Amino acid sequence: MASLIGADIVNGSLMPASYSPLALQEADPFKLFGKDKQMVVLNNKPWNIEAKAHLLNDTVTPNKFMFIRNNGLMPQGIDSSNWVLTIDGESVEGEKTYTLNDLKTKFQQHTYQLTLECGGNGRSEFSPPAKGNQWTIGAVSCANWTGVRLGDVLRDAGIKKDAVYIGYHAVDEHLSRDPSKEPISRGVPMDKALQDETLLAFKMNGEDIPLVHGYPLRLVAGGWPASASGKWVNRISVRNKEHDGAKMGGSSYRVPCKPVAPGSKVEDKDMCIIMSMPVKSLITYPKSGAVIKAGKTLTIGGHAWAGELEVDQLKYSIDFGASWINCNLRRPTNRLAWQHFSAAIPLSKTGYYEIWAKAIDSEGNAQPMVLPGWNPKGYLNNACHRIAIKVV
Amino acid sequence: MYRFLIVICALVLIVAIIGIYFVDKSNEEYTSVSVQGADEIENGVHLKTGLVEGVGLMETVNNCTSCHSAKLLTQNRLSKEGWVSAIRWMQETQNLWDLGKNEELIVNYLAKNYPPENKGRREILDETDWYELK
Repeated sequence: MASLIGADIVNGSLMPASYSPLALQEADPFKLFGKDKQMVVLNNKPWNIEAKAHLLNDTVTPNKFMFIRNNGLMPQGIDSSNWVLTIDGESVEGEKTYTLNDLKTKFQQHTYQLTLECGGNGRSEFSPPAKGNQWTIGAVSCANWTGVRLGDVLRDAGIKKDAVYIGYHAVDEHLSRDPSKEPISRGVPMDKALQDETLLAFKMNGEDIPLVHGYPLRLVAGGWPASASGKWVNRISVRNKEHDGAKMGGSSYRVPCKPVAPGSKVEDKDMCIIMSMPVKSLITYPKSGAVIKAGKTLTIGGHAWAGELEVDQLKYSIDFGASWINCNLRRPTNRLAWQHFSAAIPLSKTGYYEIWAKAIDSEGNAQPMVLPGWNPKGYLNNACHRIAIKVV
Repeated sequence: MYRFLIVICALVLIVAIIGIYFVDKSNEEYTSVSVQGADEIENGVHLKTGLVEGVGLMETVNNCTSCHSAKLLTQNRLSKEGWVSAIRWMQETQNLWDLGKNEELIVNYLAKNYPPENKGRREILDETDWYELK
């Protein structure tokens, strides 16, 4: 509770267990979660809040601009000193438990910048529309995550040869408040689970993870739909089959295995699970709507990322894709971190312009200028981002 | 003697009511502390939820906003078939109850007031917030 409020509660031990301190009765999500007022609330039960492009200009995303995607009700009254992570499942040598202190002291700690993007980021653009939170472009972040490698912990517990998947379990509450149901319990195949960058994290940007982002322990699997990065994790199951937890099946975080026409009905059996997120970029400077004086050079900047891959090239266009010009593009700080681009654009004629950005990944996949393949739940929209500019 | 018994019974009843009140309170989530107004409608909008006025509004409010907020309705645009499939998904996985006769009312309300729009393959940028960049 102290981590949510950001301070110890003086005389907190005298407070009745059922009492919510005034600070937590605060219905203002910006104060409650420490978010900037310009963030956009899509849903308040469960909480879903996104950024706007220009808010994401920082190299490393601070908490105040980090999107929130909750599937259930946030846990309350977390006692991190008694937090226990259990490793179980058909394919673990023997069930094993670790306290937070065990994790911090028995294993080497690592820090990586990891891009987390909601699988449904960009859903609002699909036509016909897809059901769910109507994310525009702001459900993406790249923060510093510190923790221990999931692989180190799993190897310590002992993985059987038949292990194929891990699934996380957490302490958030189902929207119906049915204790037998989990709001979300997803996971990743073993090769992703054992990557160096896949962390059991206890710090975000050098501090305890904010409650809404998974305090005290979060699985972080960068480059994959952020739903694979379970928050408030207290159990990891090593499975001998694809994990079958909540929101692993049906149409959740799945797209048609073969391309379909917009609006098609697709049977569950014809849907395939999303793994790496596709190549994408955002122009985070300037904010769309800038009016500049003729003769001035327009400097643009932003980020690009490509799931498991690296971004090779970033190009901009001021003529709706008729011609493309290379931007400066920096290498990622580490694998799975977003990369930064910039360009100085001479705009000689007065009038209305759109600046479009297109990233191309290390396998030659480029962002489409129009919407990519339609899918029933509106995932994986990686269409080019653009901003409007006027030269006067 | 009877008067004494009546007073005792009344006291027990009062204590029990207070007790029930506090037990109920302890199960509430902090977000529900704010006092909810009556079902007022202003300019065709149900103030408490933001849903538009129409046939089936209250059935929708009563059945569709106890687990999630009305924002999940107002931000979506679906056909009748789409709203029905959302209801089926919630019945299969989210503990939504059988809506009985209300289902038709709710689906018709949602499909009429929150229908799909054809946005094509890419919408135009509709920038309205122009500012001078120094």
